[in-house]
Amino acid sequence: MTKDDIIQPENLVIKKPELMNDTVMHYCPGCSHGVVHKLIAEIIEEMELSEKTIGICPVGCAVFAYRYLDIDWQEAAHGRAPAVATACKRLWKDRLVFTYQGDGDLACIGACETIHALNRGEKITIIFINNAIYGMTGGQMAPTTLLGMKTSTCPYGRVPELHGYPLNITDLATHLEGTAYVSRQSVHNVAAIRKAKSAIKKAFENSMNGIGSNLVEIVSTCSTGWKKTPVEANEWMEKNMFEFYQLGDLKDIKQ
Amino acid sequence: MKKIQGAIIIDIDRCKGCSLCVEACPLNLLHIAMRKVNIKGYPYVEQINEMSCTGCANCSIVCPDACISVYRKKCL
Repeated sequence: MTKDDIIQPENLVIKKPELMNDTVMHYCPGCSHGVVHKLIAEIIEEMELSEKTIGICPVGCAVFAYRYLDIDWQEAAHGRAPAVATACKRLWKDRLVFTYQGDGDLACIGACETIHALNRGEKITIIFINNAIYGMTGGQMAPTTLLGMKTSTCPYGRVPELHGYPLNITDLATHLEGTAYVSRQSVHNVAAIRKAKSAIKKAFENSMNGIGSNLVEIVSTCSTGWKKTPVEANEWMEKNMFEFYQLGDLKDIKQ
Repeated sequence: MKKIQGAIIIDIDRCKGCSLCVEACPLNLLHIAMRKVNIKGYPYVEQINEMSCTGCANCSIVCPDACISVYRKKCL
């Protein structure tokens, strides 16, 4: 059997999702954003909601997310994506509305909007990419930066006396009455990617069924900001991030 | 005799050479091409020993840029 015999349409296992267009993504090599974009495209395709989905872009690395997935997108001001998503979902009740935010956008400038949208129980999904630094602006300290972690604005490591403690916004969200499903996942290997996919799918189904607000945190890498290769960044994340940001479903009101 | 035969197509112009797929391949069939770059100037990934591929799709699942299509066929 030659390679040409195998490469036939009926033997296809997996390829680039239809909703993802041919524009080459601007993300750095090995960035977790690409995997999460791909998962979102696959899930929307599986749920057959490509004509009924509105994504809200953040400010941060994912600001150009609207270039890569062929669904409706709305750009929001810095941190205000949950407020825009609230408006979209209240006006179009039959649409799948999700926000896609990084930790600088969601946990810092947009902490107020995030917590209030979750607490109101808006029927939206918030996808939270947490890489513990501000990736786009050059690796500065974020609210989610771990204690002792070195960034360009805390070059000797984060110390609580000076910089305060890391903000664990997903744990915080589990205590809010309005949230239906709160989960923390990662995309560093195949098993984790499969789990992350089912978590995002569950959150999307909840928001389509009108069951509370949903938050899925993806613990991610930033190889450029952490000054590591993509493979080293994954190893560093497994060793250091998972201790503080423990993976798994934190809240599920259906169970 | 192998029961399942796989094959992959790599879109080398999308590839950024992050080498996450190299780590993910259980049979170590992928490597970064030496002294070759794509249209964007990135080194890209290549498959070696093509007929050993089982089409497990791990490389495609971890690829952040969705460059790898995977095909799989049962050997008769």
